[in-house]
Amino acid sequence: MSDPVLVLDNATKRRGSATVLSEISLDLTAGTRLALLGHNGAGKSTLIKAVLGLTRLDAGRITVCGAAPGSAAARADVAYLPEAVAFHGALTGREQLAFFARLAGEAPKRCGTLLDQVGLAAAADRRIATYSKGMRQRLGLAQALLGRPRLVLLDEPTSGLDPVSRFDLYRIIDGMAAAGAAVLIASHALTEVEARTDRIAILRDGRLVADDTLAALTRAAALPIRLRIRARAGAAERVAEALGGTRVNGASVELCCPADEKMAALARITGLGVAVEDLEVTPPGLEDLYRYYSKEAV
Amino acid sequence: MSARRILAVARAEAILVRRNRWLVMATLIMVLFALALSLAGSAPTGELGADMLTVSVASMTTLSVYLVPLLALLIGFDAIAGERERGSLGLLLSYPVGRGEILLGKALAHTGALAVACTIGFGVSGVLAFAISDVSEAALIALMRLVATSVLLGTVFLGLGYLLSAGAAGPGAAAGLAAGVWLVFVVLYDLGLLAVVVIDGDGAFSRHVFPWVMTANPADAFRLWNIAASDTVAIASGMGGAADALPRWAAPASLISWPVIAFLAARAAFRRIEP
Repeated sequence: MSDPVLVLDNATKRRGSATVLSEISLDLTAGTRLALLGHNGAGKSTLIKAVLGLTRLDAGRITVCGAAPGSAAARADVAYLPEAVAFHGALTGREQLAFFARLAGEAPKRCGTLLDQVGLAAAADRRIATYSKGMRQRLGLAQALLGRPRLVLLDEPTSGLDPVSRFDLYRIIDGMAAAGAAVLIASHALTEVEARTDRIAILRDGRLVADDTLAALTRAAALPIRLRIRARAGAAERVAEALGGTRVNGASVELCCPADEKMAALARITGLGVAVEDLEVTPPGLEDLYRYYSKEAV
Repeated sequence: MSARRILAVARAEAILVRRNRWLVMATLIMVLFALALSLAGSAPTGELGADMLTVSVASMTTLSVYLVPLLALLIGFDAIAGERERGSLGLLLSYPVGRGEILLGKALAHTGALAVACTIGFGVSGVLAFAISDVSEAALIALMRLVATSVLLGTVFLGLGYLLSAGAAGPGAAAGLAAGVWLVFVVLYDLGLLAVVVIDGDGAFSRHVFPWVMTANPADAFRLWNIAASDTVAIASGMGGAADALPRWAAPASLISWPVIAFLAARAAFRRIEP
């Protein structure tokens, strides 16, 4: 087990009388992709800013690769893509990236490769003012790739990206994690995060209400599995009576059951024989889980 | 502090100064005013025992006191507030670059731009004087001193501009404060002193305190330095009296320490910002 790249220990931040972050403890090891989910105002961006050292904690501690957040050592190890990333419109993409490369201590020569990697090679020498929102986001991603970061913080990285760009983005994130970087993705895009992350943390009103793998969270929440049975013509009534589910749109019956009763339910359904035409099993999705954890009383 | 990172900031900032036309406009303004003053000032030469360029330097010193702080504040007020407003400050500060380094880098590029504007503007006046009359060595030195001290005066107000930029709520507020700073240092300060001297007459204040209070203001220190250093400029400007009351080092000391003070204050204000 490698040392965690990022450690939050009871991190607390107050703004006036409101507690924006409340005793958050979390750690992230190299190569792990963590999805940080939460409503607007749940504290995601504040947490990221605290990790960057841009905002001071009122209590608790954060360490980034063993260093204090915002220290020169920590900043050299961290890459950041802010939400709605902004640049100097008068600079070209290449100039802006070369500027960041120099700050990161990397040869500006690598910028061409990076711009190519994010699909901006053709627009590299145009002023950023002429870029679309998606292109700016890609440039933001390119700068996050500079300087071999050990911790990558991405705040709503998919906002403003079309589906193809999103696919590219997650491919690049996978590449960074494979290269050993710990990646924290704050996002609303639940379905994509589901497939692309190793762990999920959910913030609600500044509290960390969940932090585990998707499978473990699913198990802990014990959300019911949904079974939808399509009955043969005229047999819907009989199927509904036999299984005790609810009728939907005439020919189908919907049934919810806890995960551990799934097999028993399936046995009863197959026992109905030819009356059943088709069966659909839907495990609880991330959206259901998210709703469950973000509404749960603490 | 790392020279590499300071230069990186300066390099990007130098591109911006060229692209946003500040450099062209500032140079153009300097050239136009310097030309106008040189040509208008060429009429009464001889009577005061000063050659044409010396007279021009005296009038351009007065011009510089107004114009250079204005140009410096115009470029300085946006330095931090603009980044903050645009939303690019957070990303910049996530890089391993210190806030002092960011300010120094910007100051380097902005000072360079001011130096270009001053050298070309005042230089044109020198070339003009050279073309139509004799130029003494002393006048040439006075001109070079004017260029150098103008750039130094510019750095004072760049630093004050950064201070406002870091301390104000936004670019709009910073711009308003910049106008106020210009008015206080360049206009109201002197008016206030004048009023006190008029009331005091030939009292102790006028003779002993006034020159020191005057030289504490960077704009006046700039004027005094240029006048005290050149007898002929002093004669041409009629300001020799105040300059004689002070030791020679007073005005240069004031003008050299102001940029340092302004810069340190700006850095302190910048450090308090949470983007």
